[in-house]
Amino acid sequence: MPDQRRALLLAVPALAVFAAFWLLPMARLFVVGASGPEGARSYLAVVTNANYFRSLVSTVGLSAGVSVATVVISLIAGIFLQRNRFPGRGVLVSLMTLPLAFPGVVVGFMVILLAGRQGLIGEATARLFDERLVFAYGMAGLFMGYLYFSIPRVILTVMASVEKLDPALEEAARSLGASTWQVTRDVVLPALMPAIVSSGAICFATAMGAFGTAFTLATQINVLPLTIYNEFTNYANFAMAASLSIVLGLITWAALALARSLAGAGVAAAG
Amino acid sequence: MTRRPARYWLQLAFTLLVCAFLVVPIVMSILAGLTTNYFVGIRSGLTLRWVHEVWELYSETIWRSTWIALACLGCTLLLGIPAAYALARVQNRWTRLIEELLTLPIAVPGLATALGLVLLYGGWRDFRASWLFILVGHVLFTLPFMMRSVLAVMMAVDLKTLEEAAASLGASFRKRFMTIVLPNVRPGILAGSLMVVTLSMGEFNLTWMLHTPLTKTLPVGLADSYASMRLEIGSAYTLIFLLMIVPLLVALQWASVRAQKG
Repeated sequence: MPDQRRALLLAVPALAVFAAFWLLPMARLFVVGASGPEGARSYLAVVTNANYFRSLVSTVGLSAGVSVATVVISLIAGIFLQRNRFPGRGVLVSLMTLPLAFPGVVVGFMVILLAGRQGLIGEATARLFDERLVFAYGMAGLFMGYLYFSIPRVILTVMASVEKLDPALEEAARSLGASTWQVTRDVVLPALMPAIVSSGAICFATAMGAFGTAFTLATQINVLPLTIYNEFTNYANFAMAASLSIVLGLITWAALALARSLAGAGVAAAG
Repeated sequence: MTRRPARYWLQLAFTLLVCAFLVVPIVMSILAGLTTNYFVGIRSGLTLRWVHEVWELYSETIWRSTWIALACLGCTLLLGIPAAYALARVQNRWTRLIEELLTLPIAVPGLATALGLVLLYGGWRDFRASWLFILVGHVLFTLPFMMRSVLAVMMAVDLKTLEEAAASLGASFRKRFMTIVLPNVRPGILAGSLMVVTLSMGEFNLTWMLHTPLTKTLPVGLADSYASMRLEIGSAYTLIFLLMIVPLLVALQWASVRAQKG
C-alpha cells in the first residue's frame, strides 16, 4: 500500500493549484453572483429577465444550429475523405485541419475577410448583382465563424470513427440488396451515432462559451458570453456577470458531461 | 480505372467547397498582409512594410506570448506528469473524481474562470498587474491536456508490470520514476507539450480578462489590431501568428500519431 499512497501524493501539487486558482475563484464567483440587489434570485434572472432570457435563447439557438450544420457538413466530407483514395487527398486533409489551432479572434478575422465590409463575398456580390452582401457583424457572421472553427475538429472525429467501422457489415447489407442510401442510413449512420452525438455536444458547448470570435465581430451581438462581458466591464454589474457566468458554465459542463458519457474520454471544449 | 459514380463527383465537389471555405480566408489574410494596398489589390505590389510595422508595434506581445507559453509548459510538466502517474497507478472512485475536477477548467468557459480569478485576486495589485496572472489562467486551461496525453500513454504501456519488475530488482521509487516511467511515456509528454504550447500561444478567452495594457499577449494584440488598425496590419500580424502556430500544429499531429502507436 505505501506505493499507492506515495503515488497519490504526486497528485497533490496539481490539486493545490487547482484549489487555489480555480475552486476558490469559482466559489467567490458563486458568492458574488448572489450579492446583488436581488440576492440569490439573480440566478433565476436568466429566465425571468426578458433581456437575459433573449440572450440565452439566441445563444442556445445559434449553438444548436451550428452543431447540426457542422455535423452534417463534416459527415459528408469526412466519410468521403476516409472512404476514397485519390491524388492530393493527403494535402486536402492537412489543409482542412489547418484552422484547428486558430483562436477565436483569428476565426473572427477570417469571417471579416470573407463576409465583412471589404470581404470577398461583398466584392463578388457587388460585381454580380450591384449590391454588396455584408453579414459578418451579426448572428450570421457568428454562425459562419463557429462553423469555421468546428468543421476541422468534427471532420477528424468522423474520419477516425469511419476508419474503425467494420466493412463486413456494409458488404453484408449490400449483398442482401440494400442500396447505397439504405446502407448509409441503416448501417453507417447508426454505427457513427456515438461520434455524431459527442462531437455535436462538443460543438454546442464550445459555441455556447466562445468569446473571441464574437468579440472580434461586434461587441453588441446578443449572445451570453458578450452579455456577461458587457455587464462586467461596461456596467460594472459584477453580481449579474457572476451569476450569468455560473449558469453558462453549468450549461457547457452538462453538455460535455453528456458527450463524455456517450463517447468515452477525450472530450473538451476548445478555444 | 473504374468509372466513378456521379455521387463520387458530387461528394468531391462538396468536400472541395468546404476546403475552400476553410482555406480561402487564410490565403486572403496572407496576401493582404503582404500587399501594398489591399483595396487596390495585388497589382499595387508586394511589400514587407506591414510585417515590419507590426514588428515595431507588437513585437513585445510576441516575446511575451512565447515566454508565457514556455513557462506554462514548465508548470504543466511539473504538475501534470506526477498527477497523471497518480491517476494511472491508483484507480478508484477518488482518482476518478480528481481527474474530473482537474478537467473542469476546460469544461467551463474561460470567461467564467477569468471572472472568478479577477474577483478573487484582482485586489492583489502586484499579482494582477504581472504576467503571472495570465500564466495562472493558462496553466489551469492547459494542465488537463498535458495530464490526459501522458495518462493515455501510461495506460497503454502497462506501467505497473514494468515497475514491479524494476522494484523486484531493488530499484527505489525515485529511480523507477526517472528510469522507467519517464522514458516510457516520452511520446505522451511530447504530444502534451506541443499541445500546451499551441494552446497557450493562442489563448484569448481567459487572457482578455486577465491582461493589463502592460501585459498584452499575441492574441490580445491581434484583437487590438483588428479593431483599430488598417486591414493590412491586422493581416500581417495574423501572418506572423500563423508562421508561429502552424509548425507547432504540424508537429503536434505528427507527435499524436506517434503517441497513439506507443
